[in-house]
Amino acid sequence: MKKRKWTGFDLILVLLMAFIVVITLYPFLNILAISLNNAVDTARGGIHIWPRDFTFANYQEIFGSNDLLLQAFFMSILRTVVGTITGIIASTMLAYVLSRRDFVLNGFVGFLLVLTMFISGGLIPEYMLIRELGLINEFGVYIWPMLISAFNVIIIRSFMDNLPAALEESAKMDGANDFIIFSRIIIPLCLPVIATIALFLAVMQWNSWFDTYLYARNNQALTTLQFELMKILDNANISSGDITSQNADVIAGQTNPQSIKMAITIIATVPILLVYPFLQKYFVTGLTLGAVKS
Amino acid sequence: MSQKKHVSEANIKVAGASTLLKRKRKPHYEDGFLQKLGKQKALLLMSLPFVVWLIIFKYIPVAGWVMAFQDYKPQFGMFDQEWVGWKHFKELFNEPTFYRALENTLGMGILGLVFGTLFAIAFALLLNELRFLTLKKWTQTISYLPHFVSWVIVANIVITMLSPEGIINNLLVGTGILNNPINFMARPDMFWGIVTAADVWKETGWNAIIYLAAMAGVDPQLYEAAKVDGASRWRQMWHITLPSIRPVIIVLLILNIGNLINIGFEKQMLLGNNIVAEKALVIDLYALEYGIGMFRYSFGTAIGIFKSVISIILILICNGFAKRMGEGRVF
Repeated sequence: MKKRKWTGFDLILVLLMAFIVVITLYPFLNILAISLNNAVDTARGGIHIWPRDFTFANYQEIFGSNDLLLQAFFMSILRTVVGTITGIIASTMLAYVLSRRDFVLNGFVGFLLVLTMFISGGLIPEYMLIRELGLINEFGVYIWPMLISAFNVIIIRSFMDNLPAALEESAKMDGANDFIIFSRIIIPLCLPVIATIALFLAVMQWNSWFDTYLYARNNQALTTLQFELMKILDNANISSGDITSQNADVIAGQTNPQSIKMAITIIATVPILLVYPFLQKYFVTGLTLGAVKS
Repeated sequence: MSQKKHVSEANIKVAGASTLLKRKRKPHYEDGFLQKLGKQKALLLMSLPFVVWLIIFKYIPVAGWVMAFQDYKPQFGMFDQEWVGWKHFKELFNEPTFYRALENTLGMGILGLVFGTLFAIAFALLLNELRFLTLKKWTQTISYLPHFVSWVIVANIVITMLSPEGIINNLLVGTGILNNPINFMARPDMFWGIVTAADVWKETGWNAIIYLAAMAGVDPQLYEAAKVDGASRWRQMWHITLPSIRPVIIVLLILNIGNLINIGFEKQMLLGNNIVAEKALVIDLYALEYGIGMFRYSFGTAIGIFKSVISIILILICNGFAKRMGEGRVF
């Protein structure tokens, strides 16, 4: 195909795309600038994408003098690490069982899993269940309810379906049992898809706030960055909300909650920013597989 | 892998299980069901914990629907409750608040569906036409950054940008469109619009991925032929690209209409405040507020059941509609 001339149409397109890039990135850059700006100076307004009175004070407040926020930061990391590891072990194991078409209960387990994508008990019964299980204000509430997602299991299983069957068979000839095959042969071969799902799980855990709000708000040791941010948001946004009051002393002790809020936002965004470009290759393939089946 | 494909695979698996049962009835003793299971002890042990997990965390809550027909009091066991029949549903349908929640849910749901779809398709079309490939790649990568950050962060961004001192007000006042800054977050009449705009900002790039993938599959010969006929690029977009991705658009529309009532509550909860509460109350928030906040567990469960039933009806209607239009059923 011969090269076409650049037309006015192309120019408009480029300008439109530049506009989209600006409106997507500006808010993040603006918040970064405010978080790096002196809180008193920020109140004068007019900060765009460059700090006027540069300072690390807001970050020092979070990592130095504010125990609660530091604790929240570590809890966010802890739940992300534990939730990702347990989630990966569970989904991979279940996916392997479901990839074994010769397993006599394959149909039953598969049906049980797939049905969960279409029916759900809803908010209240789930809340009652968590309460009955004694998970309220326990760390387990971050891990147990999110252990398995049908969608992730399906992605891993379809990856396993494409592995060469010969490897498995030869191991079986050598007398390896199913668990050995799974841990010694299947897992090493599945590392690419495991990495993808691990990143998905990590993003989900890192971004969660509602489970803290609903199940763990009375245990300060379990607070997370997202939840602390939500509480400050709630305060600033003239909303009442019962959880606001218990945080009042924390807010009052800070020099400027607005600037702290921006710093938390940045801290909560940076890990996502580092991780998601690497996911790109996989989720594009995954989504396309789903969409263009017709 | 697509969910739909898996569903059909599950069907195949169910069929497979029934042939297994048939084989068991055959007279010659190859390997019975139990013998086979005995040989697959490792697989059984590996799946058992997750079967238990699925039953506890996914199926017991569904069984919890019986609460809606009781006056559930947590101090008694599930079966020692007083049965009250349809009482909670009758109460629900007599509550003006319920209709307000329904209106808000469907209102924001429809706005989100219409603008979400339009913007995603438009963005995909434009990106598809972009010939400067580096810019295309960068724009796309940047466009789905907001999808990966939490709603807490997006709510913070929206509130900051829309505050009286924020950039939006600065621009509007600076260009003379407004005389004085508006406090957007305190305007009930603007709440639906703000939620929709926030949704579009967060999800357009992500939603465009599917349309872009579909556009990549369009036969290039069609464009060549159109070029020979002298069609402009606008006309090519309109007469080739869009009709080619029509099936994908329709399938996604149907799936999204089925989820119209399942718009969740995160946006409304995080962006809402007392002043706009009337416009922010959606069904899930209503269930949360009444069901857990006021300890009316049975009433809250009834709200949840109502939502599930509407959702299933919507899916069935859309499915039938798609079939009539000859686009093939979704399920």
